[in-house]
Amino acid sequence: MKSGSNLEKVLSQGRFAVTAEIGPPKHASAEGIINTAKILKGYVDAVNITDNQTAIVRLSSIAAGVHLYNAGVEPVIQVTCRDRNRIAMQSDLLGAYSLGMRNVLCLSGDHQKFGNHPQAKNVYDIDSIQLINMVRGMRDDKKFQCGEEIKQHEPRYFIGAVANPFADPFEYRVMRLEKKINAGADFIQTQSIFDMQRFEKFMDMVRRRGLHKKVHIIAGVTPLKSARAAKFIQQRVAGMLVPDEIIERMEKAEDQKAEGIKICIEQVQHLKTIEGVAGIHIMAINWEDVVPEIVEKAGLVGQHVPVIS
Amino acid sequence: MIVAQPKPVKEVADYIKECAKVLVVGCSGCTSVCLAGGETEAEILATALRILRKKQGRPLETLVTTITRQCDPEFVAGIAEKVSQVDAVVSLGCGVGVQFLAEHYPDKWVLPALNTVFAGGTVQAGLWEERCGLCGDCVLHLTGGICPITRCAKSIQNGPCGGSQNGKCEINPDTPCAWHLIYEKLSALGRLDLMLEYRPAKDWSKERSGGPRLVQRKDAEL
Amino acid sequence: MGDFKPQIIAFCCYYCAYAAADVAGSLRLQYAPEVRVIEIPCSGRVDPVVILKAFEEGADGVYVAGCLEGDCHFLKGNIRARKRVEYIQKILSELGIEPERLAMYNLSGAQGDRFAEIADEFTARIKKLGPSPVKVGDSL
Repeated sequence: MKSGSNLEKVLSQGRFAVTAEIGPPKHASAEGIINTAKILKGYVDAVNITDNQTAIVRLSSIAAGVHLYNAGVEPVIQVTCRDRNRIAMQSDLLGAYSLGMRNVLCLSGDHQKFGNHPQAKNVYDIDSIQLINMVRGMRDDKKFQCGEEIKQHEPRYFIGAVANPFADPFEYRVMRLEKKINAGADFIQTQSIFDMQRFEKFMDMVRRRGLHKKVHIIAGVTPLKSARAAKFIQQRVAGMLVPDEIIERMEKAEDQKAEGIKICIEQVQHLKTIEGVAGIHIMAINWEDVVPEIVEKAGLVGQHVPVIS
Repeated sequence: MIVAQPKPVKEVADYIKECAKVLVVGCSGCTSVCLAGGETEAEILATALRILRKKQGRPLETLVTTITRQCDPEFVAGIAEKVSQVDAVVSLGCGVGVQFLAEHYPDKWVLPALNTVFAGGTVQAGLWEERCGLCGDCVLHLTGGICPITRCAKSIQNGPCGGSQNGKCEINPDTPCAWHLIYEKLSALGRLDLMLEYRPAKDWSKERSGGPRLVQRKDAEL
Repeated sequence: MGDFKPQIIAFCCYYCAYAAADVAGSLRLQYAPEVRVIEIPCSGRVDPVVILKAFEEGADGVYVAGCLEGDCHFLKGNIRARKRVEYIQKILSELGIEPERLAMYNLSGAQGDRFAEIADEFTARIKKLGPSPVKVGDSL
């Protein structure tokens, strides 16, 4: 065991992992997070906490992680490269570990242009792959990024990275995934999958390079709330592909929410059959209470006993 | 001007190790003024590269030319015939020059011979200093003509910080504290009131942080 | 190595070293025959490209001889020459050529004996260093 986290145990035992995602609030109360944690408990193996997603100021991912941890749900702390340099990141990684965090997800982070402080200066001292390598170095080499030894109590994280099979250039996406694995990623969470054909193609390339044996790939899904939301994602969100069939299905549905959940469940069932997919990551931001239903109806319930507390 | 510095010759030699013939292109613009990439430097580099290869028993052929400005497509286009004769192009322009050459000659490897360092000026013969951070939102009217963005190591806008001692910056005893300079200048000009004014958080979206920038003048279009 | 006859180029300032060579000649002083003297109007006129080209074309050693410091006919030409020689020495090191193969000397026009001494001293230095690595590579 590298970190001993619940997520690591589940994945290394070959059990199909289920993770969800919480976006912390734009205020200083943890009540909402704790309530969501109660809803998710027992249905998921771990829950991601976003790090100021879309560059909007929110309660810190580490603090939210602690609330989650105390509520009996294992957190995956997301860390972006946008707001902190290598000094702050390492300091926060030490601090988070001391508070019980064991999983970290390393990302570049959305550009601040899309957030509520477009005038902010971005940091990007290191990039996501360098971040992965840094967290791995702290754990495996017991060294800070500068090469200085961590004499004792090195943080031993289970290291996650993201992959987007829907960004361009498509052929490069698998190479970049490999680069992340080589840098030290233990698990991968993908961007929300709507275009199953393209994801199958991606996984085929992944298998041909044997990458699914080197890393646990957790496929991302997002239940659609409405046809409008689906259209918005299709037209306005870079790096996400929503096929027209899904939009049509949503438009025709009498109850769009129910249809969205139905589509998501079908996607999960499909993803389960793809060789190399080690789990499912449900990104239902602001709709977290739908997660138990998806998990239940997709036949994934009953195995997600939280290990901590 | 843009100030640049030569890369070690061996590094450049390594970029072109597979080539038999290269074109070394100097620039008569900024890099010529900072003695990094003009006509003389182009000749020196070409000669040094040839010596190195001769030493290795694998002679290198060079063509050497210097153009008015590498950051101008018009001048870049003028060396097409020479470019066609070589395996690679070595540019002594700044990063802009290298990119303009590479863009104009898409089939050629264009390699940088310089490291582009900063926007600055000649403070004395043989000494160049950074003076502008290209932040896109100039504040020199508030700071007595001294740029806190480049000349303060923390780019502090309401300075000086606690690391200012005897007019020097904490990062290096030879580096003047920009805010000390600003204080003295504003004091001499009788405008210390400007030091008291609160400077709100800067809009960095006008800087590189906001993404690649463009300046457009419709009336200048042909 | 015993029969190594180095090729040495001496860039000599018209106002001092070149005149000193004349004095050495009129005094019938013997000095290393390997040294080829090239007259320049001032040591400060010597161009880095010219020095590098001398090495490129097979020189085993090059030196620049200018006036005594403070006595330059053009005030600071010899000071500039010294700095330029130091600069080219750095380039030579980068190229893997011993920087000692390039030197700067200062003497006055009257010092014929010093001129001969410099020629001998530098030639001995180059003989000790052996053929230039540029030449060695070229014969590969």
